[in-house]
Amino acid sequence: MNEVFALNDINLQIDEGDFITVIGSNGAGKSTLLNAIAGGFFPDSGRITIADQDVTGWPEHKRAKLISRVFQDPLLGTCPSATLEQNMALARLRGKKRGLGRGVKNRDREHFREELKQLGLGLENRLLDKVGLLSGGQRQALTMLMATMIKPEVLLLDEHIAALDPKTASQILKLTQEIVKGQKLTTLMITHNMKHAISFGNRLIMLHQGRILIDVHGKEKENLTVKDLLEQFYNAQGEELAMDSLLLT
Amino acid sequence: MTLYAALGAVEQGFVYGIMVIGVYLTFRILDFPDLTVDGSLPLGAAISAVAITSGVNPYLSLVFALAGGFAAGMVTAFLNTKFKILHLLASILTMIALYSINIRIMSGPNVALLGVNTVFDSVTNLGVPAHYAGLIIFGAFALLVLSFIIWFLGTELGQAILATGDNPQMIRSLGVNTNTIIILGVGLSNGLVALSGALVAQNQGAADVGMGIGTIVAGLASVIIGETVFGCKTMPRAFIAALLGSIVYRLAIALALGLEFGNFRFNPSDLNLITALLVIGALITPNLKKRLIQR
Repeated sequence: MNEVFALNDINLQIDEGDFITVIGSNGAGKSTLLNAIAGGFFPDSGRITIADQDVTGWPEHKRAKLISRVFQDPLLGTCPSATLEQNMALARLRGKKRGLGRGVKNRDREHFREELKQLGLGLENRLLDKVGLLSGGQRQALTMLMATMIKPEVLLLDEHIAALDPKTASQILKLTQEIVKGQKLTTLMITHNMKHAISFGNRLIMLHQGRILIDVHGKEKENLTVKDLLEQFYNAQGEELAMDSLLLT
Repeated sequence: MTLYAALGAVEQGFVYGIMVIGVYLTFRILDFPDLTVDGSLPLGAAISAVAITSGVNPYLSLVFALAGGFAAGMVTAFLNTKFKILHLLASILTMIALYSINIRIMSGPNVALLGVNTVFDSVTNLGVPAHYAGLIIFGAFALLVLSFIIWFLGTELGQAILATGDNPQMIRSLGVNTNTIIILGVGLSNGLVALSGALVAQNQGAADVGMGIGTIVAGLASVIIGETVFGCKTMPRAFIAALLGSIVYRLAIALALGLEFGNFRFNPSDLNLITALLVIGALITPNLKKRLIQR
């Protein structure tokens, strides 16, 4: 039997307000899991339900009214040829029908400036600049803002700080924490950083070879240490864990 | 170049400028190389000519032509989005099919528009001399189409079209069905090209099945000349540049055709070579500038 399942027998119940950190080695199925939820592909079997709606057969753009995503590639979440205000106007209509009204409405500009001020990056003065001129970190911050302008049922963060330098990464992480807490968002955050995985969120899931190996929440999660995680994994799998990326944090 | 030739070139620049706006929409904005235009230009001409000779109001025939072009564009986009056929190939397939379809529509390879009402009559009836009528009508239509496209791409739907060409993954995750957008965009583009063809037919007095050959080449040449000479920083500026590029292109052609080197003169059949050289020149110029600065 040489078949490799990207996701195998996943049974995951997410409660409203859960902030779940997802860890696992490369190829464990973390991105695949998020992709399955977002509609990037259809699972071979099983169901996906969001807010009591069976979305298993829904294409990606249809699920968009329930889901927000921030990608690992900081350039993927924004349109480089469009201005900041145009990008934000696009996000304002997430999941809504687009008609022949003005794309960027005058009354929205003030609202956009207020939102951008929160980032503290001076972007509120650059509404008419093309997004392609911004740095990766600035674009990722903008993507986070755009993803949460309209409150989603689920926020999917796919290693969204992995491609940023350490300073910017921690800024974006702080922003993530603020937004998720402030809006009480149900969030799934993939991270390679075990320390982050433990200190953020109320629930932690570890995937391995397509299965959920560990699922802890509440007090049990609060008291976790990196050493505990490694031990638990070792016990569950009974094999040597050779994940450099997990050990080097 | 005589004034007459220059006016003629500007006139051509306007009427084909409508086609260039269509080409800009697919080629640059949607990142969709679309050869359908070689078929949809004569399609518009054929529909308009047949309608007019059947007694339809010439302005109404333009609407039919637009609808026909839109349908042709939708076919290409459908083949690409639903059946995953490469956009270039899908457009070639539609273009080839349109050759036969156009002959069917015209019940032959061409239709003459002699002695019938055309849109020009509404201008010449006002006492405008014939050689200015074209300039006025084509200029008016070109500016109308330009205004429309700039307005439309500023709407919510239009912004979604711009985003689809720029970052399809992002706009999909914002809830936009990119397949529908592409069908709409390629449809609109070919609708404009067909409108252009209908106007050309009414101007030259005939619709001919071969009149579309080289449309995409002329379109791309005009787009590239427009970008190089006039810049494309904002969307409105880009479209204005496309229209101006069309005019410059036709002026350049007229200039070339008027040149004499001793006994040598350019033939209309040399147009393809001239166009190729023009486009190469337009593409190389920014490169040459850079190299000169580096020295």
